[in-house]
Amino acid sequence: MADISSNFLGIKSPNPFWLASAPPTDKKINVVRAFEAGWGGVVWKTLGSQVKNVSSRYSAVNFNGGRVMGFNNIELISDRPLEINLREITEVVKMFPDRAMIVSLMADNNREAWHELIKKCEDAGAMGFELNFGCPHGMTERGMGAAVGQDPEIAGMVVEWVMEKATIPVITKLTPNVHSPVPTGIKCVQAGSNALSLINTIQSVTGINLDTLVPNPYVAGKSVFGGYCGPAVKPIALKMLTTISQDPVTSKVPISGIGGVSTWKDAVEFMLLGASNVQVCTAAMKHGFRIVEDMCEGLNNWMDEKGYKKLDDFIGKSVEKITHWEDLDINYHHIANINQDKCIHCGLCYIACEDTSHQSINLEFGKPYNKYTIKEEECVGCNLCQLMCPVDDCITMVEHRVAPDYVNWKMWQAEGRPLNDH
Amino acid sequence: MSIKNNRLTPEQYAENFSDIHPPFDSYTAALVDANRCLFCYDAPCTKSCPTGINVPKFIKQITTENIKGSAHTILSSNIMGASCSKVCPVEKLCEGACVYNFVEHEAVIPIAKLQRYSTEIAMKNNWQLFDRKPSNGKKVAVIGAGPAGLSCAHVLSREGIDVTVYEKEAKGGGLMTYGIAAYKVTPGFCEEEVDYILGIGGIEIKYKQELGKDIQLADLQKQYDAVYLAIGVGLARQLEIPGEHLEGVEDAISFIYNLRSNDYSKIPVGDKVAVIGMGMTAIDAATQAKRLGAKEVTMLYRRTEAEKPCTDVELDIAKLDGCQVIWLAAPKEIKGDGKVNEIVCSVMKLGEPDASGRRSPVDTGETFSLAVDMVIKAAGQMPFEELIKSSGIDNKGGKVTVSDKAVSSVAGVFAGGDCVNGGKEVVDAVQAGKDGAAAIIKHLGL
Repeated sequence: MADISSNFLGIKSPNPFWLASAPPTDKKINVVRAFEAGWGGVVWKTLGSQVKNVSSRYSAVNFNGGRVMGFNNIELISDRPLEINLREITEVVKMFPDRAMIVSLMADNNREAWHELIKKCEDAGAMGFELNFGCPHGMTERGMGAAVGQDPEIAGMVVEWVMEKATIPVITKLTPNVHSPVPTGIKCVQAGSNALSLINTIQSVTGINLDTLVPNPYVAGKSVFGGYCGPAVKPIALKMLTTISQDPVTSKVPISGIGGVSTWKDAVEFMLLGASNVQVCTAAMKHGFRIVEDMCEGLNNWMDEKGYKKLDDFIGKSVEKITHWEDLDINYHHIANINQDKCIHCGLCYIACEDTSHQSINLEFGKPYNKYTIKEEECVGCNLCQLMCPVDDCITMVEHRVAPDYVNWKMWQAEGRPLNDH
Repeated sequence: MSIKNNRLTPEQYAENFSDIHPPFDSYTAALVDANRCLFCYDAPCTKSCPTGINVPKFIKQITTENIKGSAHTILSSNIMGASCSKVCPVEKLCEGACVYNFVEHEAVIPIAKLQRYSTEIAMKNNWQLFDRKPSNGKKVAVIGAGPAGLSCAHVLSREGIDVTVYEKEAKGGGLMTYGIAAYKVTPGFCEEEVDYILGIGGIEIKYKQELGKDIQLADLQKQYDAVYLAIGVGLARQLEIPGEHLEGVEDAISFIYNLRSNDYSKIPVGDKVAVIGMGMTAIDAATQAKRLGAKEVTMLYRRTEAEKPCTDVELDIAKLDGCQVIWLAAPKEIKGDGKVNEIVCSVMKLGEPDASGRRSPVDTGETFSLAVDMVIKAAGQMPFEELIKSSGIDNKGGKVTVSDKAVSSVAGVFAGGDCVNGGKEVVDAVQAGKDGAAAIIKHLGL
């Protein structure tokens, strides 16, 4: 059995699955249920000055009959009295001393307010902090949340205030509502943040009710931009994570990966791209805390199969595999092949290639079944057909190197070799 | 043993004749299956539909909640798409061609059920999805308000032609109304569908008008710019064996006709019934005899299961209803004392393939007999031979001979459906009606 225990800046947890700062971590009753279900840690829902919420608060994007591919919220930081939150944190830490208890913070925009909040939370038993520089709604109007995260200078300044006071590890949570999270990440690390986490939610409009013409979520006939999360945002989160993992400054600190993590496989992908652990919210909100059982078992089984003994054995292994376009090997080429024994004659490869790609598939008319074959001399190896084919392993990409040597775009140009032929 | 009616309670009749394939009970239920459709290019299901319904398109339209568009896609190819969704032998047409047949772990798309979903909503809301062009003064007579006739009339009306349909029965729908098992379509549904089709306007149906009796072809030719014959088939093939005219021997067509025209409790049925034949009509007769309360129903067929004309799905319905099947049994004589009490059959074996490509049954000389009190003959149907021959139209044994899919040998007279092909599916008749309309429109120079 592999060891899936995690050590994030000295904060230990039996597994790398933390619940992200969100409704599931807003109360003792939820967090106790989460820990009983097996979650390794929680980031307690953001504490700050008192707020007032509206309803409704959530909306979702469904796709092809599947529900909640994307999720959206306009909820604010914790709307419960600070004292109650702090008392409950203390109680939970006592009940589950082996689990990670991180507290998310968003203080008013001055040094004293941060110092005061940090002191109270440390006294309550927090093992680490996560600075909420990402909340994209409600708080920004007051100069907090994403308003901080979108400005590297301000973010760096707030981190400095925090580091003056904090005696436990500090994670800074980055907003994706920027062209790149790296500038803010750099400033925060330079200001002393011990770690980074990303991504927070992405500003969005999930859809509009075509009867009332009011976008979702609905609040008395109006709506606002909400924060987008869930499976739909995973690719964006992975990209932003990669940029943080690749940057020489930000890669020096551990990263907690967030953004659409729903399964152990998602978690492994985040960790392969440099996350030391992951935080989960939407999947738990959709299915409840019990999903952590499969996450732990799945991760364990995968590590056993691959021969990884501990998490550090594979964290970051895929980072180096993402390079720049101009470094890709131009001489690598592959051509699609359709396995006629597996083909079910749906024609999806044909129409995709014919209408939108390179007209590289030949149609031999039949009644009722057509035969589809690849025109090898026309195929550019884009693999659109393979992606569209509904049958596993029916269309495969067969390697046909143009030449054995590695040649990239820069070398190609330098040698003055011909352009505009595939 | 006796033939009697009123064998069951009203509740039992209601249950026995309720919808055999219930519809989706919600949009979400339809959506789940609609979303499984791959949206095939040049889809095999469409190519296997005699009316060429763009199946992937109408299913995709269900997924986008464009039900009106979905119904339009179906009905623009097949104006009887609603009833076809209930009676088509889809396992040998669209669903039989679904590419999921090649995928072991996937059930085929329930195309018929999805088609029913869209078309029933369209009918319920009376969405008239087609515009009729302004009247152009042309007049066409259609004889027969069955699938071919109604389909032809609808296309003609859309083109601005005024259509008069002459129907010998009191209701429209033809075979749909009078010749199909009631658990597939109710008479009430058939009536709604006829009304829906007539909703476009420009079509008048004159009921109780039978060709050769109440109306004459020659008169219609004078009064109209063209005449479309869609009179179907309707005469039961005789067995030509002794005892065929004993009391208790009935043909399946009239048995089903009575069943569809009357209250179920009024239909007499025997304790022990033999049904001769293994086509769709035989199945409909056998299953419904059982559902009317017959204690034993035995289907007799001269060949083996491999040669049967009905589909596996149909045969399964009969078996699940408890009907017995005896293969390689050819009726030789029906015996009785005024009333039927026994049927004697020859035991057959298979010989060489015949003209239809099926192996012919050959009499082994052995016989067996069954005690029965009712015999239903479903040995095939014959065209209205006398009627056609007396009209001077070229024909083959009563089946109208046509060129260009619908043009008869008499100028201005067109024909289609069962009276041309000898009896095929409803969906084939609908396509024939479209072909007939196209030929008439061409003839009229429109």
